[in-house]
Amino acid sequence: MNMGEKTRRDFPILSRVVNGHPLVFLDSAASSQKPRQVIEAVEHYYETSHANVHRAVHTLGEEATERYEAARDAVRAFIGAPSRDEIVFTRGTTEGINLVAQAVGRTLRPGDEIIVTELEHHSNLIPWQMACRDHGAVLRAIPVMGEGYLDLDAYARLLSPRTRVVAVAHVSNVLGTINPVARITEQAHRVGALVLADGAQAVPHLPVDVPALGVDFYVFSGHKMLGPTGVGVLYGRRDVLERLEPAWGGGEMIKEVWIDHAQWNDLPWRFEPGTPPIAGAVGLHAAVEYLGKLGMSQVAAHEQALTGAALEALAPIPGVTLYGPRNPEMKGAVVAFNVEGLHPHDGAALLDQHGIAVRAGHHCAQPLMKRLGIVGTLRASFSVYNTAEEVQRLAEAVAALRGEL
Amino acid sequence: MALYSSVIRDRFRKPRFRGAIEQPDVAAEDVNPLCGDRVRIQGRLADGRLAEARWSGDCCAISAAAADVLLEMVEGQPVGRACELTAASLLERLDADIRPSRMKCVALPLTVLQGALRTEVTR
Repeated sequence: MNMGEKTRRDFPILSRVVNGHPLVFLDSAASSQKPRQVIEAVEHYYETSHANVHRAVHTLGEEATERYEAARDAVRAFIGAPSRDEIVFTRGTTEGINLVAQAVGRTLRPGDEIIVTELEHHSNLIPWQMACRDHGAVLRAIPVMGEGYLDLDAYARLLSPRTRVVAVAHVSNVLGTINPVARITEQAHRVGALVLADGAQAVPHLPVDVPALGVDFYVFSGHKMLGPTGVGVLYGRRDVLERLEPAWGGGEMIKEVWIDHAQWNDLPWRFEPGTPPIAGAVGLHAAVEYLGKLGMSQVAAHEQALTGAALEALAPIPGVTLYGPRNPEMKGAVVAFNVEGLHPHDGAALLDQHGIAVRAGHHCAQPLMKRLGIVGTLRASFSVYNTAEEVQRLAEAVAALRGEL
Repeated sequence: MALYSSVIRDRFRKPRFRGAIEQPDVAAEDVNPLCGDRVRIQGRLADGRLAEARWSGDCCAISAAAADVLLEMVEGQPVGRACELTAASLLERLDADIRPSRMKCVALPLTVLQGALRTEVTR
């Protein structure tokens, strides 16, 4: 039995019937489903140990703190970070990027430059646009070429002593391209720039080892990796985090407070003002354990096989255009495509009639859509619980789409 | 049951009011933030009426049908009446059960048309 058939029993939602058909959930890149191990961990936490963290000396407060901090240790190990001080819990990838953009933004001077790429999700673009606007910095973008690879020659030309930050997706949420983050980082560090990698589409699908990537910041979300919504992670290299002022103020992020000033708390709490997503972290801990048991290399191999099967099944269908690298080894678990004469939203609505859930639209990547000269695409994305049979159901339904409208 | 009503499918396949007007008196376009779809509407006015109206754009079947049916409803009508038209009357004419997530697709052409007419009224 392969991974998809074995794991799907752990996901209660996958037994749903949608519009008279067994659900085929191919929208995990937007948000993955949750195994009962995660659902039960959150439920158990609320039923037995909930209280605020780092505040109470009573038993529940101590238990909640213990659970929350244990989640931090689990996440640290999962991405190979050297220290727990480098793991900041956030509400998600978007918040993590905004945190860095604001904290680093304060150190920008007019004329400084930030480099992004044309394939970024809006969440790794807009925060940098805002930082540039607020501090007189200039935003540059690495072009996308060919099947969806970054133009690294253009990147080399964009780099200069003015470059302060390079912000790049580890895996594109539309094309699936796995960007060469280690190489990009090495080049950025040579000019003294910081590097943030958006790992939202990478951590759920590939083995990720942040020291090997060399990045200064790495951000991802719990809900795309079998965990709950409302929790995310910012990894920041300790020496970099230590130099930064906190982005936001509040309780918990301080050591001592006077009416007109305050002394900041130690890492990582300095960057976690307010009550954190405690139950979310507990659920994320369970998700990390679940993925760890499957083994991320096995997860990657399973999803690569599904991606390859989808590319192969969709490519010969008349009227279908595929976007992104055609070699499944070069991409994450997403396949973007269009059907001639059919708007992506109509395509997705028709597939939903067959119980097949895919994403449609611009995928929060409008500059990339403009680059491709399209309004949007359909996007099928895969997770640990998908099967080859589901890929075939998708292909059969797509082949019949043009006759349906 | 078919996903879209026969009216929507018919108008999507064979739009009657799709096109452009060479020297329009009013024109507007807008974007659906859900999907980035763009709808443009142009009109020619005569004696306080919308004498001629055409739409263009890259959009889904629901937006296309809504735009087409909308222009059929308002062409030849007094500008004031076109401004008062509601999404409900458009929905009725589309004969469709539209999900909440797609209501913006119905509303977009109406917003564009009324935006175009307002620019004329206040001019």
